[in-house]
Amino acid sequence: MGEAIVVTSGKGGVGKTTTTANLGTALALLGKRVCLVDTDIGLRNLDVIMGLENRIIYDLVDVVEGRCTIQKALVKDKRFEDRLYLLPAAQTSDKSAVTPEQMKELIDNLRQDYDYILIDCPAGIEQGYKNAVAGADEAIVVTTPDISAVRDADRIIGLLEKEEHMKRPRLIINRIRSHMLKNHDMLDIDEIVMHLSIDLLGIIVDDEHVIKASNNGEPIVLDPNSKASLAYRNIARRLLGESVPLMSLDNEEQKGFFSKIKKLFSAR
Amino acid sequence: MAGKEKRPYVSMKGTKEGLTLQLDDTCAYDELLKQVDELLTGATRDEEGPLVAVHVHVGNRYLTREQEERLRDVIRMKKNLIVHSIISNVMTKQEALEWKKKNEIVSVAKIVRSGQVLHVDGDLLLIGDVNPGGTVVATGNIFVLGALRGIAHAGYEGNRQAIIAASIMKPTQLRISDIMNRAPDYRSEEGNEMECAYIDEHDQIVVDRLQLLMHLRPNLTRIEGSF
Repeated sequence: MGEAIVVTSGKGGVGKTTTTANLGTALALLGKRVCLVDTDIGLRNLDVIMGLENRIIYDLVDVVEGRCTIQKALVKDKRFEDRLYLLPAAQTSDKSAVTPEQMKELIDNLRQDYDYILIDCPAGIEQGYKNAVAGADEAIVVTTPDISAVRDADRIIGLLEKEEHMKRPRLIINRIRSHMLKNHDMLDIDEIVMHLSIDLLGIIVDDEHVIKASNNGEPIVLDPNSKASLAYRNIARRLLGESVPLMSLDNEEQKGFFSKIKKLFSAR
Repeated sequence: MAGKEKRPYVSMKGTKEGLTLQLDDTCAYDELLKQVDELLTGATRDEEGPLVAVHVHVGNRYLTREQEERLRDVIRMKKNLIVHSIISNVMTKQEALEWKKKNEIVSVAKIVRSGQVLHVDGDLLLIGDVNPGGTVVATGNIFVLGALRGIAHAGYEGNRQAIIAASIMKPTQLRISDIMNRAPDYRSEEGNEMECAYIDEHDQIVVDRLQLLMHLRPNLTRIEGSF
């Protein structure tokens, strides 16, 4: 039986879709069978980031309304033989086209064939959110070190805690800029984790390559030389139950002799 | 009391505070009222005099609103008498539960997150935080063991004696009864630990050290006797 994980955030634009695409890809790289489900009906993006847009024939609403089987609607990612699939959202309907009960049934059907089902949740806390959460047994909350994103994450966590069928949500902090952290111009990671008081699943540094890769339809995880890629791979390993230490945020800036000495002494 | 034909249901005593009526709690109510009437008629004179306060003890009898009103009427009919209090040993279960609720400390282990409202009757003991955008409301006092970063409203139904205490006091807004106070617009880093908020003599909400409370609100102490 596969595990269904919803990726959510409350606020828009913090990187839910990018995280879903990259975590799914990373899990597939690790040899798991993964199905990505885009529940952002009307504003679908996941297919674009995965580079699968031109292969879509049927979508989630078609499946729910019985116009085709799930198997027909699933889009296979050729880069991973038989391990990575996408169930795209409809672009022509809106969020009210599906009910939470229908979503739950759909996800439960997928469970039999996949190890992991990653559900990309739309922004907001209305119908679309309710649909996305209905079938999941676990949630990953994505936030950025902005005060408004943290507020919205807090709100979402409050709602997730009310869902009795779900495990405790876990946190990913996205788009961290290490130089701003150093100057205390950004919310501290510890501060965010303490404020939200849920387990931290991983941190991802802000990386221009992510945008470039997404625009090319190739998740950044496929590029082994990027820091963000490593961060996503680490998170995927943590999802599988491995314990992987958090990535150090220090860049190659510290090259001087003194800073090396300082580093030696401040090493914990 | 020599009269054998009628057992006296009412005994009367004069004290410094006025008249005390001790009423029997097993007889019929109509009979009781009749006797009260007779007794008071015999005891009071019609001439003008100072007002006398009457304390009525009804024992283990529960009086409905209507019954109480009838008793008051009987006493009020007499000149110079005013009902000061009617004391009963019993209350209904509902009243008891309400009374208990109002005086209880409700403990809650939870993080009150953005958009959530926690509302309790009585005092609230929150084992956790109140995050920005979250609200806690209590008819009594509010004690937050964690960090208070949202809104707290103590004395919700109009208790100005209520206080708010928190281990880390960084609220966006404090409300006690009908008075409100908001956080300063600048952000301070130091302080804010182990603090309490109360209404001072100028009707302002003041935030100060927790330790001052034992002088300001001594009735927060509920232990019997001394230790």
